[in-house]
Amino acid sequence: MREIDSKKIRDAIADLCIKANFFLRKDVLASIKQAYAKETSLQAKDILQAIIDNAKIARKEELAICQDTGMPCVYIEIGQNVKITGDLKKAINKGVELGYKKGSLRNSVIIDPLLRGSSGYSPAVIHFDYIPGDKIKVTVLAKGFGCENKSLLKMFRPTASIEEIKKFIVEAVKIAGPDACPPYVIGVGIGGTAESASFLAKKALLKKVTRSQGHKVTRLERELLDEINKLNIGPMGLGGKTTALAVNIETYPTHIAGLPVAVSISCHALRSATKIL
Amino acid sequence: MMKRSNSILREEFLTLRVSQKILFSGIIYTARDQAHKRLVETIKKGGKLPIDLKDKIVYYCGPTKTPKGKAIGACGPTTSSRMDEFAPCLLEKGVLGMIGKGARSAEVKKAIKKYKGIYFLTYAGCGALLSKFVCKMRVAAYKDLGPEAIHELEVKDFPLIVGIDSLGRSIYG
Repeated sequence: MREIDSKKIRDAIADLCIKANFFLRKDVLASIKQAYAKETSLQAKDILQAIIDNAKIARKEELAICQDTGMPCVYIEIGQNVKITGDLKKAINKGVELGYKKGSLRNSVIIDPLLRGSSGYSPAVIHFDYIPGDKIKVTVLAKGFGCENKSLLKMFRPTASIEEIKKFIVEAVKIAGPDACPPYVIGVGIGGTAESASFLAKKALLKKVTRSQGHKVTRLERELLDEINKLNIGPMGLGGKTTALAVNIETYPTHIAGLPVAVSISCHALRSATKIL
Repeated sequence: MMKRSNSILREEFLTLRVSQKILFSGIIYTARDQAHKRLVETIKKGGKLPIDLKDKIVYYCGPTKTPKGKAIGACGPTTSSRMDEFAPCLLEKGVLGMIGKGARSAEVKKAIKKYKGIYFLTYAGCGALLSKFVCKMRVAAYKDLGPEAIHELEVKDFPLIVGIDSLGRSIYG
């Protein structure tokens, strides 16, 4: 049994919070640059250039890419041959607090969702999972609420057609329209239960958005991306070929009586960082 | 920096048309969800506002903490539609213009036309880039709201796109 001090996890999370918020993911930036090359509208090009410049300034000056540094989501996959010493949940939240403070990131978390009141850095939304081995994989996702507010869930009949599901996903993007900082990355969760479909939809955003040659892309993802990019929402909603950079789908077995489908839309500033301990 | 009073600005803004781009230099005030709620509640109760809204430009923005040695942290626009229910009341009270991202309701469009206001878009999700156009920042009201406080920003060449002009015409149709 390998032993890991929870303080190590705390420090890793603090670093990941800063990394996710300062440095736009390489795959996302590459995808935006590809979109810039493909766009023909000058306005769309101008906006994509601003997005590229923004990422460069954030990286160079160690500034947050976006003022909305999200309600931090932490995904922690624990090897089953690892023993963690100390209070893991406390260590995770402490790590978020330290990282957000050190990076001058925004304190957007309020304790009481109804009474509101003053805001702080934590708690994070934490997802635990167990994996084989003796390592711990830690991921931080900083997703803002401009796009989080556009999340949708629909419980389909088990006999629903693929066309009905596609229509729902494309409609979710139409509803988001110009509001959630397009070009988007669309995370889709299909199967499981209502809450697990929502979880999968967001987890799908952690997958790479650029496809290396030979990467297996599902037909459904490609068809959806084509349809979404025909909507002409474009960068900042002002028209163009790039409404979405990618559609990522995650599936899970489900019940004979249902078919949950969830959509998690990400703005172009899709920020996550991972470390293996 | 260009020095001009905001009443002159209103005249200038009247001539701007949808999709037009300008670089704005002057003073703008951040205000988002909770600040809007408080302002409108105070107006409805007949109370005194912490800032005079006349001819002010409201920026839907909640900046990050200010890093050492900088005027401001990341400071991009937040989703404007969340402020739709409050905007007509503020326009009636004299607000000149608003800066944000995304479309507005039919009521906001009507109020912009009626009170000769304007709605600008700026680069969405580009908080680091936009911070470069802010020279000075101070908290002007509602300090307890933290990132949602009203901040006074002195900006130079801040990039704006006309989203809804004073005729009530919207870039999104």
